Amino acid sequence: MSLPLFLVFACLLVAAALGVILQRHPLRSALALVATLFLLAVVFLFLDAQLVAVLQIIVYAGAIMVLFLFVIMLLNLQSEPREAGRVGLKLAATLAGSLLALQLIALSRAPVAIPGAGTAGAVAEGFGMTVSVGERLFTQYLLPFEITSVLLLVAIIGAVVLAKRQVS
Amino acid sequence: MPLSYYLALSALLFAIGAAGVLIRRNVIVIFMAIELMLNAVNLAFVAGARHWHNLDGQVIVFFVMTVAAAEAAVGLAIIIAMFRNRQTLNADELNLLRW
Repeated sequence: MSLPLFLVFACLLVAAALGVILQRHPLRSALALVATLFLLAVVFLFLDAQLVAVLQIIVYAGAIMVLFLFVIMLLNLQSEPREAGRVGLKLAATLAGSLLALQLIALSRAPVAIPGAGTAGAVAEGFGMTVSVGERLFTQYLLPFEITSVLLLVAIIGAVVLAKRQVS
Repeated sequence: MPLSYYLALSALLFAIGAAGVLIRRNVIVIFMAIELMLNAVNLAFVAGARHWHNLDGQVIVFFVMTVAAAEAAVGLAIIIAMFRNRQTLNADELNLLRW
């Protein structure tokens, strides 16, 4: 992935992410989040993570965002009124966010010292495809994989119990 | 492309998500900001997997996505229950657990 292309997608990603937190209508936030997820899927493709990119679109942009949109529509949310007297809070949050970003970026540019670390270059045939990731998932990570099914089952039951209308 | 570029982008996305949790009062938008942070972490994992030619990072992304899906399902159910009882989604007005 060439540098100009990366910069274009990085700028688009940051803009879409800012849209998520700056839009006043929750529906527009959700649409900005969908854009963010799609752009991130493209970045995953450039990183040779084909399966992850497809999962990103199917699971995140498909399933999770539909859930978000459904709840937003169901609750019939309106734009938040612009509140006075919250300027201090917003300033503090911007400052805290910038500090966190600076700190993390500084950390990410620190030299990495891990023995046997390969540098970027051509990856092996099939890297990031369904076969290789699935093989890893079903051999080395079989137990965690099975546990995720229990987690999802618990989440489903919990969601049904919580959202069920109280019978009086 | 050096790894640090991707990590910097991931850091920026994570910081935007964290700031979103701080400034927004609508719980649904706070939820979306949390998803943003989870995605930033995914990007770091995938970039690491590419850099070290190791698929473990991509497998972890799979687990993060599962947790995000479970969290979204339960969290949105909580939001619906909350809205039904209190008629509000403002995080400032929900002080049932405050003492």
